[in-house]
Formats: sequence, structure tokens, C-alpha cells
Amino acid sequence: MAHAEAAAKFNENEAKVNWHDKALWFVRQKRDKQAHKIQGWEQLRDYASALKANVLSNLDNYLVQFEENAKKNGVTVHWAANAEEHNKIIHSILQKHNAKKIVKSKSMLTEECHLNPFLEANDIEVIDTDLGERIVQLAKEPPSHIVLPAIHKTKEEVDELFQEHLGTKPSGGNPEYLTREARKHLRNKFLQADAAITGVNFAVADTGGFVVCTNEGNADMGAHLAKVHIACMGMEKLIPQEKHLGIFLRLLARSATGQPITTYSSYFNKPEEGKEMHIIIVDNGRTEQLSREDFRRSLHCIRCGACMNTCPIYRRSGGHSYDATIPGPIGSILSPGKDLTKHSSLPFASTLCGSCSDVCPVKINIHEQLYKWRQIIVKDVPQPTVKKNIMKAAGSILAKPKTYDFVGKSTRFMLKHTPKSLINSKINTWGHARDLPEVKGDNFEEWYKKRQKNE
Amino acid sequence: MKVGLFIPCYINQLYPQVGIASLELLEKLGVDVEYPLGQTCCGQPLGNSGYEEDSKGTCQLFVENFKNYDYIVGPSGSCVYHVKKHFDILEQTEDVKRVRDNTYELCQFIYQVLGKTDLGASFPHKVGIHKSCHGLRGLRLGSCSERMDPHFSTEENLLKEVKGLELKTLNRADECCGFGGTFSVFEEAISVKMGKDRIQDHIDSDVEVITGADHSCLMHLEGLINRNKQPLKVMHIAEILNSSI
Ligand code: SF4
Repeated sequence: MAHAEAAAKFNENEAKVNWHDKALWFVRQKRDKQAHKIQGWEQLRDYASALKANVLSNLDNYLVQFEENAKKNGVTVHWAANAEEHNKIIHSILQKHNAKKIVKSKSMLTEECHLNPFLEANDIEVIDTDLGERIVQLAKEPPSHIVLPAIHKTKEEVDELFQEHLGTKPSGGNPEYLTREARKHLRNKFLQADAAITGVNFAVADTGGFVVCTNEGNADMGAHLAKVHIACMGMEKLIPQEKHLGIFLRLLARSATGQPITTYSSYFNKPEEGKEMHIIIVDNGRTEQLSREDFRRSLHCIRCGACMNTCPIYRRSGGHSYDATIPGPIGSILSPGKDLTKHSSLPFASTLCGSCSDVCPVKINIHEQLYKWRQIIVKDVPQPTVKKNIMKAAGSILAKPKTYDFVGKSTRFMLKHTPKSLINSKINTWGHARDLPEVKGDNFEEWYKKRQKNE
Repeated sequence: MKVGLFIPCYINQLYPQVGIASLELLEKLGVDVEYPLGQTCCGQPLGNSGYEEDSKGTCQLFVENFKNYDYIVGPSGSCVYHVKKHFDILEQTEDVKRVRDNTYELCQFIYQVLGKTDLGASFPHKVGIHKSCHGLRGLRLGSCSERMDPHFSTEENLLKEVKGLELKTLNRADECCGFGGTFSVFEEAISVKMGKDRIQDHIDSDVEVITGADHSCLMHLEGLINRNKQPLKVMHIAEILNSSI
């Protein structure tokens, strides 16, 4: 389904749209407050963006350096060219340890690779331990937001879901009760887990360590209890040196949820005695995106979700309307790189207002990339003939003042003399909910010419 | 200093009063201004829809029309932004470069180039500004709420000097109205919802007249206001700055 259709569906329930919009706008406002509180916010964004540009243009070296250092620390490093390889590597590690029960903390990469269905098909239980992730997992839905995966669900809906799956009592959506119950449920899962999978927020080239940020401590809980810790990272997650964390950690939580820092920013460097630690470095289309000059900067992304919270379209259409692992503005420039035809409506799901680019902590020029994708899509993906012909015709009319004058006058004639009921009828999408401008007298050029004559 | 008045296609055809107000205002300020005949469009509707390639003739015509002026001034932020930003598809001849460099949005021209704020206008009403995105985040007519820059606003600077005018503060200072060119038709549901929400914010903030420096957004908002018979008026900022009621 194209984005517009899914968005229209979401809008059938206006009260829910209002609620969704307000919930995310609240997060955006919290972010504004926090960003205002530290001096040099814009400078931090400049630094972060420059560092990411440096990483991307020296990615080969940083990756090798990171691998060497991680190995020195006793970590096993794997390379996966695509999602399939990523999943197979995980499976083989789990098989080696005969691991049947897995806990996983939030990782958009494993979503991207569809790891959960793959493991389940291989008789392995995988439990998402981030509360929001667990909610959507129980609901058998994909996350609708990269930081707030269950933001599309009201607390009443969560209440029902927990009653069904966790056997809780009806609480009218009492958040404390529901969280406590989720905690109990997850604690058991943590204790039973054979292995823990986490994502990676930042991988540090000069130490071989990595940092995982969570608010619930679930990554730590999983990684410290289980015998095996597997960390999955997209290959763009690198930063050159440990000291650069000072920049990125300051930006990440403030941008994401308006917190000064995530509750847990956990540094993992080496496996504990008697345990194993694995890192899987995943490409899965990133090299290709890196090769596209106009879209390279999309790989700066630190997955803070701020562009979603600020996007007036995302807030009113919901994450699922994008039908992509990463929704919202950043998803709309990443997804077409993976499957242009499937995601061809996404770069058009924007007014190009530019709020995303200005909110982005690593200064990705998102709205400019949306514009660029549009130019590619109309060439490479078959367009509705009507739209194409209108645009082509417009191009030639607007290049010739005489024809333009004629068309302009006819349009004005039509607007003046066609009954309003017809103009605002069903065939005219503009007119479903909006009146067309009222046209009176001369157009500007006619007026100007007359004035010249009279002078 | 010779100024060419750039009147975007939709203003020429649908909102001549905005063109007239812009011209009169510039004349009032002593600017030597003329309107070159045979203007059509800046190519923005095509570019934003992905048909930039097909807009080259239109863009070239724009350059031909305006290449002999010191400044090109138009009452529409998004069109001006398009000229400055997206005329990179043309071969960058001296003419093209000069036109891109010297094209200004009307308020920006008055404030930055002429250095004026008090234009002698009077307009005793409660006014809310719709800060159109391409003007705000494209041309940087003011600071935007996403960035942590010191507050400033070209439109506010001009409107503050208008006698009797009461400027109202909105809950969301610079959220998009949902027009977005063809977005308004292809993503109709969201476009309408965004517009409705913007209007409600103005109503909640006790605004009588919504104004702004981009009439395409205002056309969208006006369409909704008229359909829903809401107690708001929509006027281009040139009309307010040119009024002396
Ligand atoms: S694109 Fe920027 S704002 Fe959006 S999630 Fe990535 S880092 Fe955050």
C-alpha cells in the first residue's frame, strides 16, 4: 500500500491521530528544552556531522582497526554481507552453545534482518526485552518508531494485550501495574536465557569496545547473565576514538527523548572470564548507499528518532504507514536505496518542510535527499500516465509565455464561471475539504498592462 | 538600483491583489521597480514532483526575464528558494549565477537590502504569522524552533512596526501547514489534517488574521477556513504592510 493510502486510513480515527501527534510533539518539546540547556548545541551537531563524514570516508581503515582491537580484547568478530549471512552467523553461534532461549535488547539492525522470524523458524525462543519492543512483539506487529516502538499503542491497548499474553488483571491501563508485571515476566526470561543479543550504538575504532544505550538496563541484564553475548552492528556505527563519545552521547539522548543522557550507557570491551562475546559487523546495503554520493550522508544516522518526532507527517500518519523497518524521514531516504519500487511513495510523503534536517543531531540533509530521490523515482519507477503527462505538459507550457497566458486565462475563466458545486466535487481532490480560491477581475499581468497604458 | 518584480504564476492568476500590494509597497519605498512581462513560473511544482528535468525550459525563461535586473524580488518564499537552491540544474553561466544570487523574498529584500522596518503601515488587528517552511528553513527568514540559534524573524521585525497591529504567539511557532505543492493532492488526508491543526492553533491563540510571506500555504489554509466557515481572515504580508487603514 502506498503511504498516502495507509495515512488516510490512519486518519479515519481523528482522535487517535491527535493523541499520536501530541504524544510525539511532547517528546519533541522535551528535546528542545534539553538542547537549549547546553551551550553550543549547534557546534556539537557540527562536530558530530564532521566526525561521521570522516568515518564514512575512511570506513575501510576504521573497520580494520576496530576488528584488530576487538580481537585483542578477546572478542570474536564476524562479517556479514547481508541479512541472510547475519542471521546464519547468529544461528551457528547459538547452535555451538546449544542455546534455545535468547533475550534481545533493542536493535533496529536485527529488525532490518528479520532475525526474530528466522530464529523462531529454527525453534529458538527470542524475547525482546525492551518494554516497548516486547509490547509490539506480543502484538505481532513491527515497531512503529525506532526509539518508541509501541508509541502507536495506548495504555488501554497494552492492558488488553498483557491480559491476553501475560495473564494480568484488568487495570484500566495503569502504567505502574503494567510495568511491574512486564518486569516480572521479563526477569524470568533473563534468568533462563542461554544467550543475549544486543545492538550497538557506537563502536569505538581505537579501543575495539562498543557502547549500548538503554533506559531500562535490559541490555546489561541480558549480557551479564547469559554465557554468550552477541552484539550486532551496522558497519556505519563506528566512531574514531573513545573521547568522541562525549559528543555523541550528549546529542543522542537529548535528541531522542529529551533526557540529558540515557539511564544506561554501557561500555562493553571484553568478555567476562568463562564467557564469550561476539560482534557481527553487517553491510546489508550500506556499501551501496555509501557509493551514492547524494545519499551517502544518510549513513550518519545515530537512530535517535528525532526526525520522526518532529515530522508533521509522521506524527499524523503513524510509523506503520511507511511499511518499512525504519519509518519517518530517515527511513524515507534509506528505504528507497534498498527497494526503489516498493518504497517509491515514501520520498513523496513529505512537504519538504526541512524540520527533520534541522533537528537531526548529525545534520543529515534529509529533505534535500527526499527531493533527490523524487527525481530518480519518476525516471526509474513507472508513474501513473496521467501524472506524468500533466507534468510534462506543464513543463512545456511554463516554458512558453504565450501558451501559458492562454492556459492561465482559461483556468481563470473556468474558475470564474463553473458552478462551485462542480469545482469542489469529488473528481477534484483539492476540493474534498478545501474551497478553491475565488477568482475576480483581471490577473496581475492584465492589471499591470492596463496601468502602464494609463500612465 | 533596478528591481524586477517576480510574481509567481499562482499569484498572477489567482491572487492579483498580492502582486499589486507588493508592487505598490516597493514603489512607496522609493524602489525603481518594474514587472517584466511574459513571466510564467520558477519551475518549483515540477521540481518538487520529481520532474526537475522537464522544468529546465521554465527555469531558463526565468533567467532570461530577469537577467538584466540588479535585484529580483518576489512575494513568495518557496519560489524564491527554488530559484536560489534548485537552479543548479542549469548550466551555471554568469547570468544564472547572478540571478540566483540576487533573488530575494519581499520581506527579506525590505529588511536586509533596504534596511527598513517601519513602512508607515497601519493595521489594527490581531495577527498570527504562518512561517512558511521554505522561507524559514530554506531562506532562513528567521530562526526556527529546531535550532538553538538566537531568536529572530524578518516578518516579525516588519509587522512589529505596523501601527495598531497586535502580534499573537502560537503554541507551535513554525509547524508546517501541509500544503507542500502536489503533496496537497497526493497526500490529501494528511495535508488537510495538518492545515486544520495549524488553523486551530491560530484560533486558540486569539488570531483574527493569518498572514505570511508565502501565499501558497495561505491558499491552502484559506481553502480550509472558507470551507469550514471559520472566523479567520487570510492576508499576504504585503497586503498588511501596504495597508493604511
Ligand atoms: S536521521 Fe538524524 S534525526 Fe533521524 S534518527 Fe537519524 S540521527 Fe536521528
